[in-house]
Amino acid sequence: MGSVGQVTPQAMQFAEPLPLKSGAQLRDYALVYETYGTLNADKSNAVLVCHALNASHHVAGTYAGEAKSEGWWDNLVGPGKPLDTERFFVIGVNNPGSCFGSTGPMSINPATGQAWGADFPVVTVEDWVDAQARLMDRLGIVQLAAVLGGSLGGMQALSWSLRYPQRLRQCIAVATAPNLSAQNIAFNEVARRAIVTDPEFHGGHFYAHGVLPRRGLRVARMIGHITYLSDDAMERKFGRGIRNGDFGYSTQEVEFEIESYLRHQGDKFSEYFDANTYLLITRALDYFDPAREHGGDLTRAFAAASCRFQVVSFTTDWRFSPARSREIVKALLDNRRDVSYAEIAAPHGHDAFLLDDPRYHGVLKACFDRLAVEVGT
Amino acid sequence: MSDRRDIELIAEMVPPGARVLDLGCGSGELLAHLAAHRRCSGYGVEIADENVLACTQRGVNVIQLNLEEGLAMFEDQSFDVVLQLDTMQHLRNTEKMLRETARVGRVGIVSFPNFAHWPNRVRVATGRMPVTKALPYEWYNTPNIRVGTYADFEVLARKDGLRILDAFGIQNGEAVRRWPNLMASVAVFKFERG
Repeated sequence: MGSVGQVTPQAMQFAEPLPLKSGAQLRDYALVYETYGTLNADKSNAVLVCHALNASHHVAGTYAGEAKSEGWWDNLVGPGKPLDTERFFVIGVNNPGSCFGSTGPMSINPATGQAWGADFPVVTVEDWVDAQARLMDRLGIVQLAAVLGGSLGGMQALSWSLRYPQRLRQCIAVATAPNLSAQNIAFNEVARRAIVTDPEFHGGHFYAHGVLPRRGLRVARMIGHITYLSDDAMERKFGRGIRNGDFGYSTQEVEFEIESYLRHQGDKFSEYFDANTYLLITRALDYFDPAREHGGDLTRAFAAASCRFQVVSFTTDWRFSPARSREIVKALLDNRRDVSYAEIAAPHGHDAFLLDDPRYHGVLKACFDRLAVEVGT
Repeated sequence: MSDRRDIELIAEMVPPGARVLDLGCGSGELLAHLAAHRRCSGYGVEIADENVLACTQRGVNVIQLNLEEGLAMFEDQSFDVVLQLDTMQHLRNTEKMLRETARVGRVGIVSFPNFAHWPNRVRVATGRMPVTKALPYEWYNTPNIRVGTYADFEVLARKDGLRILDAFGIQNGEAVRRWPNLMASVAVFKFERG
C-alpha cells in the first residue's frame, strides 16, 4: 500500500451564478479540487470524497517540499488502499465558503472590492452538493461510482443520493446523521458565540482591521475536540495526568495534560482556519435536515434515492451516534433500497472515521471492490 | 446449517421473487443462493463483524444489529419471508424474537437443533448432556442457551398464536417427515401469524 505521492490542487472558475438555498446567489466563484488516479475511458470510475468541518480538497498525497502534508484521508485513499487509486479516479473538492482556496469569506466580494467576511452568503449542504455536481459536469462525469464522506461529509453524500439520484451508483455515509440533535446544535452555538464575542471579530470584518479572532477560534476548536473523542479515549490518552508532576495550585496555568492538549489543538487551529468559515460550516451542519421538507418524515425524504448505500457508525461516537445512523438505515429499508450497515465497535469516538480500524476499512474496501467489478476497472 | 443440502432444503420453502429478511444470516450464503436461484431480494442481519464483512464482500445487503434488541428498524409485515435459521437457540429473548419474526414477515421460517433427536435422548438417559455433530458443545461452553425440541416448538407456536404452514426435520441433508422429533437433529418450521 502506497501513497498517491505529490499532488497539486487545481482550480475551476464558474461564471454562471450558483443559486443557493437561502435564495441568494453565488456569482463568479472558484472551486479548488484535487484528483488522484486516472479517469477511465467511459468515465465510470470516479469517486467523490466530501470533506467535513475543518478539512479540504486535500484528501490524499503530499505537497512538494511540505513535511507532514499528508491529505486528511491518506490512510484510506491511495494505491492498494481500500479506495484504490489504481482503479478509481478520486476527487476531493473544497466547498464554497471554506478557507482553503475555493471562493469563501476571505475572497474578494466583486460588489465591494473588499473581502466578503461576514457578508459571504450562508451556504448549505445542498448548495455544496450542487456546486460539486457542476464540477462533475465540467469534468464530463455523468455518473459517479460513489460519493463518500464522514460526518458533515456523510451528509453531503446523503444529499447527493437525494438531489442527483441517477448520478451515483453508491452512497457511502460514515459517522453521520440525518440532522443534528439539539445537543449538537448547542455545541455549535457555543463555538460560534466564542468566535463572535471575540473583540477582534469586528462583526466578521476583522480582515480590514488586520487582526484575527484567534481566542474565539481556539475555544471553538477546544469545544469541538471534546466532542470528537469518547470519554474512554480521553481517559486512556490523558487521564488525570499532570503536566508538571504535581499541582501548581494555579487557576490559569495548564495543570492537566488534557488542558495542554486542548490548548495546543486550539492554538494550531486558530493559525490556519478562518473564523467566518467556522461560522458558515457549523451553520450548514445545523441546517441539514432532508426530512424537513417532508413533514419530518425521513422515509418520505429517502423515497427520492435510488443508489446503493453503505452506512457506517462507531459505537463510541456520541456526537453522531449509531442511533442516528440507524434512522438513516430504517428510512432506506422502508423504501426498499439496497443498504448495508456496519456498526464498528471502535473506542475512539467520532474521530474513528478518520482512523484505520481494519473492520471499518475492510467494509469500505469490500464496497469499492464490488464497484470496481461493476464499472469494469 | 451451512451444509449445502440443508440450504437448498430451506431455499425451496422460499417463494421465488420473495423479499427476504434473514436474521443471523452468517456469511450471507443463503441470501446469495436465494438471489441467484430464486430471484429473491432482501437483507441479512448479523452481529458478528467477520460475518458483516463476509456479506459485504459477497454483495449481500447486511445490517449489523444485535437481535436481542429486537427488530424496531423493520415495519410490520414488510417482508414476504423472515428466516431465523440456526439462530433462535443463541438468543435470550427467544419468544420475543419469534413474535418479532411473525410481526415483520408474512411468513416465518425457523430452524434449530432438535434436542429430542434420539442420540441426544440416549446420551441424556446415561446421565450426560448430549455432545453430537448438531450439538457439538459441552454444557458449560455451549452458545445454545435455549435448547428445545421439535415438539416443544409446536407447543410454543400454539401459545403465541402462530399457524404452522409446514414442518419437518432435517437429518444428513434429507428432509425427515416421519417422527421428526425422534429422527432428526434439526427442526424446521414455516409459520404465519394466526
